[in-house]
Amino acid sequence: MNEGKIVRVNGPLVVAEGMQNALMYEVVEVGEYRLIGEITRIEKDRAYIQVYEDTSGIKPGEMVYRTGSPLSIELGPGLLGRIFDGLERPLDGILELSKSPFIKRGVKVNSLDRHKKWYYKPIVKKGDTIEDNDILGTVQETELIEHKILVPPSVKGKIIDTVEEGNYTVDEPIATIDMNGDRKELYLMQKWPVRIPRPYSEKLEPTEPLLTGVRVTDTIFPMAKGGTAAIPGPFGSGKTVTLQSLSKWSEAKIVIYIGCGERGNEMTDTLTSFPKLKDPWTGKPLLERTILIANTSNMPVAAREASIYVGITMAEYFRDQGYDTLLVADSTSRWAEALRDLGGRMEEMPAEEGYPSYLASRLAEYYERAGRVRTLGKPPRYGSVTVASAVSPPGGDFTEPVTSTTLRFVRVFWPLDSSLAQARHYPAINWLQGYSAYVELVADWWSKNADPKWKEYREYMVKTLQREDELRQIVRLVGPESLAEKDKLVLDVARLIKEAFLKQNAYDDIDAFSTPQKQVRIMKLISLYGQKSQELVEKGISVKRMNEKITIVTDIIRSKATIKNDELEKYDELEKILLKQFEELSKEV
Amino acid sequence: MSIIGVREYSNIGSIKGPLMVVQGISDAQYNELVEIELPNGERRTGLVIDAGMGSAIVQVFEGTSGISPSGVKARFLGRGLEVKVSEDMLGRIFDPLGTPLDGGPEIIYGERRNINGEPLNPAARQYPEEFIQTGISAIDGLNSLLRGQKLPIFSGSGLPVNQLAAQIARQATVRGEETNFAVVFGAIGVRYDEALFFRKFFEETGAINRVAFFLTFANEPPVKKILTPKTALTLAEYLAYEKDFHVLAILIDMTNYCEALREISASKEEIPGRQGYPGYMYTDLAQTYERAGIVKGKKGSITQMPILTMPNDDMTHPIPDLTGYITEGQIVLDRGLYNRGIYPPINVLMSLSRLAKDGIGEGKTRDDHKDVSNQLFASYARAIDLRGLAAIVGEDSLSEVDRKYLLFGELFERKFITQGVTENRPIEKTLDIGWEVLSELPESELTNIKLTYIKKYHPLYREKK
Repeated sequence: MNEGKIVRVNGPLVVAEGMQNALMYEVVEVGEYRLIGEITRIEKDRAYIQVYEDTSGIKPGEMVYRTGSPLSIELGPGLLGRIFDGLERPLDGILELSKSPFIKRGVKVNSLDRHKKWYYKPIVKKGDTIEDNDILGTVQETELIEHKILVPPSVKGKIIDTVEEGNYTVDEPIATIDMNGDRKELYLMQKWPVRIPRPYSEKLEPTEPLLTGVRVTDTIFPMAKGGTAAIPGPFGSGKTVTLQSLSKWSEAKIVIYIGCGERGNEMTDTLTSFPKLKDPWTGKPLLERTILIANTSNMPVAAREASIYVGITMAEYFRDQGYDTLLVADSTSRWAEALRDLGGRMEEMPAEEGYPSYLASRLAEYYERAGRVRTLGKPPRYGSVTVASAVSPPGGDFTEPVTSTTLRFVRVFWPLDSSLAQARHYPAINWLQGYSAYVELVADWWSKNADPKWKEYREYMVKTLQREDELRQIVRLVGPESLAEKDKLVLDVARLIKEAFLKQNAYDDIDAFSTPQKQVRIMKLISLYGQKSQELVEKGISVKRMNEKITIVTDIIRSKATIKNDELEKYDELEKILLKQFEELSKEV
Repeated sequence: MSIIGVREYSNIGSIKGPLMVVQGISDAQYNELVEIELPNGERRTGLVIDAGMGSAIVQVFEGTSGISPSGVKARFLGRGLEVKVSEDMLGRIFDPLGTPLDGGPEIIYGERRNINGEPLNPAARQYPEEFIQTGISAIDGLNSLLRGQKLPIFSGSGLPVNQLAAQIARQATVRGEETNFAVVFGAIGVRYDEALFFRKFFEETGAINRVAFFLTFANEPPVKKILTPKTALTLAEYLAYEKDFHVLAILIDMTNYCEALREISASKEEIPGRQGYPGYMYTDLAQTYERAGIVKGKKGSITQMPILTMPNDDMTHPIPDLTGYITEGQIVLDRGLYNRGIYPPINVLMSLSRLAKDGIGEGKTRDDHKDVSNQLFASYARAIDLRGLAAIVGEDSLSEVDRKYLLFGELFERKFITQGVTENRPIEKTLDIGWEVLSELPESELTNIKLTYIKKYHPLYREKK
């Protein structure tokens, strides 16, 4: 492979000559430090290289070494529970190798540990014919996850040799196949170019909810397995906390958390808290199902651009094994800024607010890699990639290009509101602006598994909140006391919905996670309260009097943090007292 | 940097703004340090920002005024921008290139370090969990600062941010601990009187010996302002991770830094982002702000408190906006409170400490801390809401409970937030004042507080005991 020579260095952009036959998006090593870069433009024998590491000290005349292959990552046992940088280099490995708390340049570490042995159980036998994505065998990677070893895409043939059940490293051959007359060895690990979506058999409509344990995102704006969501919000509105809640409590089998241009301490927080936290669905440590990708804001910009693709490729790989995976990206705005920065250095013509004109198509490509699919390969299986991304609009302005473009490609919108956040109403999802296209799709599931009246309760709450907003406009002009009693009641019920249901403390042991069953119990109480109180108000009881007599409301509000998910029978008691207090009050009519 | 000798060139192609194109050089390193000698013997410093075959673009720190294309010598030094850092810098004042400004001797023994630093490996970080008591209720009680955190103060022009910063620097302590404590102070493009205020303050309090001062004045060239926080943090990193100091790094005023960044970007003819600030300002600021934290296995730490002025008190301006996206919260000063004579004029609702949750509560501050703080936030937000309403419809058309909220809001500002410039409140005192003002509300309104804490701390039950 021919080598090139650097002719220009401008920050992360390096131009090299003598690069005949270079490929677009080919990975190269730049200069004496052999920094990793990717070719993003070719003009005759000149290649424009986006370098993923700091280029200080690099000078014209140094060599550029070609690798001949596009940016690819290693997929196989050993991904779970680890933290990688934006190029899938393990950060703990870098720490060990560089003997410094700082990230040194040009460090080369294998993504997957080459020494660790995995206990592999083959499923296929000698003589079997295998093709793309068939399951060769399994490795119990963590207590929680059985890693299915897949035939790499576009590999087909007859097995001429396979190993016995036993311990193998990721680069020891586990099977040999005859592929059109050629012998080909297969390993526990495979490689895949990150910018190309992994193939599947068929894309399907999402049907099941992706339960999150967060009441507002389960009930008001539900998410579906294989769906897409955007979480825009100004700083301090709780984007990160919302994403962390999702990655902690959601029902996904595999969670991939990308810290894309965000804070270092946040990644450390996840890294230190996840081993201690238990997955509410299985009771196992959360880290066993989680992969972290950290490209913090102070790490090189170009690698930030790559980190999104690395994450989604991992998600697709686990999807192909038949798992429901959740990809959480914080934040896509930083990724878009990386595109803008690199585009600017390449002297491309900018579109809106300096962002490159291909911003929309890149965002579309990213969100379109989500979805529920029937995978390729035997045995037949279904998997999904759900994508939830934070967006950080400058000044909280949702009309800016990244937010407005993103909204065209997502079906769930969880907008965060700074005035709610300032009042410490968390999660600060604005219940009037948000939407979810999956309500109808998941209603079936809820009525079968939680409560047949789920949809009815939900509509009651949504309508009350909308009516409250209208009334608030009036209150602002005339004050609350001049409202009719039935309108005062709407304000009263809306307050109960907010306090007892919408507000949820992500740091409270009991409140942080609500099962669907608990959610419908609270919804039922709210709806009961609304219905009973309306009857009495119509009969002439004032809302003020009702507030004095129906004292159990305070306990209903507290119940989210006092009644555990496994002691829902306590709600019967609350319901009984509520009905009793109403009965008492009805005597005053 | 690879080892390469000094090369001298004197063919200057063009000069524009702070930039100078040197012709004939084909091995300039990106970010290489350049020494420029003028015909009259004056020396300036610059950095290679674009290295090509046969030419290099050099950014001159002191500006290009007075430079002519002929007779200038550009010496490429074969190394990056480094300063010598040492423990001896405590108690001294320097410019951002490490030249003493206090008339004292040069730093002779020290470690040469690149001022741009390197990104800290997230796997090497230790998560901040130690509560720093600043003695200021609005911070300790509601927006607690932890060791290793980066918490900026958003100020407006004319607000008493300097007093507040000085008060924090004097009072900040981790309780029950005697430690190596140092302040690294980066004054970026400040006015002369500001520099004087801090210098006098540190001298008077006797703290000067543990303070290292890096200073650029408002009228100095923009590149020097850019370098100031970087040099300051380079020393902070050295003191924290090599010499076990707990460093409080105060950077004032980051607005001047960003303006300088914009000025330089414009002269490089880069495509501007919002309001003319360069598109990479987020990354650039992050490379400054992220230089805070605690490293596993090291005894020291860096707590960062950058201070910035919100232009026109606008929090959505790119400077506070991008800062807020990077830092772990913000303390916001409010002109309305200041005008009503409240010191410190901290708008607690707009302020936030993202890490507070991990450093407060049982075993750290007091068991009721989280609940009390949640309740104060929720109730004060309601009070502010109602205050707006009362202004329109009159207090009389509010319900009895709502009127209690109004009273609570007033007391909260007068008793809880307000305190003296020298008043140092222990956290227990802060929480007790919190309970005192909360007790103005009916007990049924305190839904954010666990019943056990109400029984334990509510003044009503305390009196009974």
